[in-house]
Amino acid sequence: MATRQSKLFNKHKLFEKHTFILLIGILVVVAIGGLIEIVPLFYLKNTIEKVEGMRPYTPLELAGQNIYVREGCNVCHSQMIRPLRDEVERYGHYSLAAESMYDHPFQWGSKRTGPDLARVGGKYSDDWHKDHLINPRALVPESIMPPYAFLAGRPVDLSTIQDQMRTLQFEGVPYTTPMIDSALDDAAAQAGGDYDIDAMRKPYDVIAGRAGSVPVRNFDGETGEPTELDALIAYLQMLGTLVDFKTYEADDLSNQR
Amino acid sequence: MTYEGWSSFAQTWGTLYFTAIFICALVYALWPRNGQGFRRAAQLPITEKDNGDDRPLA
Amino acid sequence: MAAAFSRERVDGSAVAVGMVMLIVLVLALAGAANAVDPAFRTHSFMFAIAATLGLGGLLTWHELSERQPRFDRTYYEEGIVKAGIAATMFWGIAGFVVGLIIALQLTFPNLFYFPELGWTNFGRLRPLHTSAVIFAFGGNALIATSFYVVQRTCRTRLVGGIWPWFVFWGYNLFIVIAATGYLMGVTQSKEYAEPEWYADIWLTIVWVTYLAVFVGTILRRKEPHIYVANWFYLAFIVTIALLHLVNNLSIPVSFAGSKSISVFSGVQSALIQWWYGHNAVGFFLTAGFLAIMYYFIPKRIDRPVWSYRLSIVHFWSLIFIYIWAGPHHLHYTALPQWAQTLGMTFSIMLWMPSWGGMINGLMTLSGAWDKLRTDPVVRMLVVSVAFYGMATFEGPVMSVREVNALSHYTDWGIGHVHSGALGWVGFVTFGALYCMTQWVWKRNRLYSNALVEWHFWIATIGIVLYITSMWVSGIMEGLMWRAYNQFGFLEYSFIETVSAKHISYIIRALGGGLYLTGALIMVYNLVRTARGDVPAEERRKLRASPAVQPAE
Repeated sequence: MATRQSKLFNKHKLFEKHTFILLIGILVVVAIGGLIEIVPLFYLKNTIEKVEGMRPYTPLELAGQNIYVREGCNVCHSQMIRPLRDEVERYGHYSLAAESMYDHPFQWGSKRTGPDLARVGGKYSDDWHKDHLINPRALVPESIMPPYAFLAGRPVDLSTIQDQMRTLQFEGVPYTTPMIDSALDDAAAQAGGDYDIDAMRKPYDVIAGRAGSVPVRNFDGETGEPTELDALIAYLQMLGTLVDFKTYEADDLSNQR
Repeated sequence: MTYEGWSSFAQTWGTLYFTAIFICALVYALWPRNGQGFRRAAQLPITEKDNGDDRPLA
Repeated sequence: MAAAFSRERVDGSAVAVGMVMLIVLVLALAGAANAVDPAFRTHSFMFAIAATLGLGGLLTWHELSERQPRFDRTYYEEGIVKAGIAATMFWGIAGFVVGLIIALQLTFPNLFYFPELGWTNFGRLRPLHTSAVIFAFGGNALIATSFYVVQRTCRTRLVGGIWPWFVFWGYNLFIVIAATGYLMGVTQSKEYAEPEWYADIWLTIVWVTYLAVFVGTILRRKEPHIYVANWFYLAFIVTIALLHLVNNLSIPVSFAGSKSISVFSGVQSALIQWWYGHNAVGFFLTAGFLAIMYYFIPKRIDRPVWSYRLSIVHFWSLIFIYIWAGPHHLHYTALPQWAQTLGMTFSIMLWMPSWGGMINGLMTLSGAWDKLRTDPVVRMLVVSVAFYGMATFEGPVMSVREVNALSHYTDWGIGHVHSGALGWVGFVTFGALYCMTQWVWKRNRLYSNALVEWHFWIATIGIVLYITSMWVSGIMEGLMWRAYNQFGFLEYSFIETVSAKHISYIIRALGGGLYLTGALIMVYNLVRTARGDVPAEERRKLRASPAVQPAE
């Protein structure tokens, strides 16, 4: 009896090991496949094409992107123009990897219930955006977009924007300490407040490598502190406007991947 | 290692790795001596006590 | 009192869970006191309330169960299965209702027109719908069935004392935090991985516990073999843990705030997100539910699976191939082309194991095909496998770059997802719920088979309406986007493609409404079954045959 029991016990122990063999087998099969596919991309400092004009978001634009994320705009709007003839004609030059290099995370989207927004910047006036966000069907009767009237007049929350910029800086976005220190003033300046506009623009233009990369104006047309509408429109109006396609050589070997 | 190195490694050795895993699984599944165990395992849901019995050890 | 807390009577697992609750309570109160944004404060309070309720529940249970043996190893743990069935039904209905609402919003945008209420907008409700159906409905179904199946096939009780209950309540707390977060605008904007960092950390704790309970139970099994359904459950649990951890790597902006910054950006974040996103489909919605198929179909028709060998090949090839297929979500994007091609190749290969599994499930019925006619639950399970076959054929087709050029960004994708979600995941879950409710409440039959028939047909018509309307609208808008007129200009403005989909959207909402109706019928039927009710006609039959009627 005792021997039989111990024999059974031993056998059982072997199969217990079996559970872990199964577990490890699953992990190996699953992890290695993922690694082989993903790791090369992290060696792609050069996956990101050589383009000129990219710069990090200004504090106001970053706050605008936060609102874009909060409201789930990416659920219906893509920011990724594919190199297909109709898309290029409808939306503009196809999107480059470099253009989303400062997006943590990417905002490419997966569905176009509404049109692509990768290059919506500058296509419509600020007033159009304002009216359209408040009541989309006032401008486009067939639109099925929800209304965002609550953004108007609501002061944009900038209390954590400097922390956010510091976190982004830590993750490799080229914000400088002076840029972070002046973030609150910069946000007010970009929204048309009475601040030193040139000092605000300069560090961003330096990274972008050209003058005038930051549009500065009162986006929502209302006086007072920047609103959520200011921030969102500032973000929308700069989308896709940074890269200078005159300097982008699509046929360059490093861009042929 | 550069990006080019990694991507070509992924494209060549990845395929071989896949083939190897698949063959291992196939061999394990079709190995004749495993058959008896599989037949027994397949019966596991069926040979439970009847519905309504919640005392596995009694 | 001293006797009540004598050493033997204090349950170790309850003490441990109580400690976790205490830590959560302290952290939550600290979070609420220092919160830098209102959403984080709300969530802190919710965690604090949950921890308090948990502690109270734990103490009450401990007192009440003091005089009886706790966790009697000669019994299966069935309370948790019952709770899981209830949660699955609840979240299923909630998720379907939100789905219907957002379908109606897209159809009649002025129907839910609240310009000042951001939380009623489609952008915030859609993640609520997807998370409610995938993670709340699907997740609770997987937890309930896995706990049911692992005990039966291992012939042993769940291990871990009170820990399985921690998994159940902890997981549902995660769902509530995630869902309320979306309404408040707390999201990482990564599809199917929207919850913010603190919810992700909580889910990680719950999930590791789930893995420990599951593996621990397998280790205690009385059978030498680990049944193949448990392989699928194990792969589901392990891989989801891995995917969740990698995809959600992020740094909180503040440890007292809801916002975090993903460590990945741009093209890398896109690849990792869709490596996650596709494998969430592969391991959550496929491997997990295949486990249900491999247990409940053989069990319900009382025949072993058609080929156990095929099920093993199915298992390894499925989990191996799935993990590569993610990049097919990124065709023609800025992702390097070799990665796109790799994703496409593996997606096409994926067709083979998928259909191997489908054939295995269907052929299990060989020799018992009459069950399709006599048992509507079997029909539900079998049709779910047929939908699995359909969706896993459509998937590889859509992963081909040239097809994807048309289908991507359109409603075709929505249709594809729903043929898998409504047809496969939904139906196989309904089948399992019908089986488990009958079995764990020890009823020799369901309250009404006729109602199962109604459920089956209403839901099937709903799915057909849903899928066909989305095929039509998806392919139509894809073609309209790329249509050129005779002068070589784009023929349609974007808004024309939107208004062209209106009829399809009406039909889609109708289909969703039917599906919801079917599910409500099921809930009614299951509640009556659990209560042990006998339908009126049965009672009449019993009365008509006095031989079986006891004297009164």
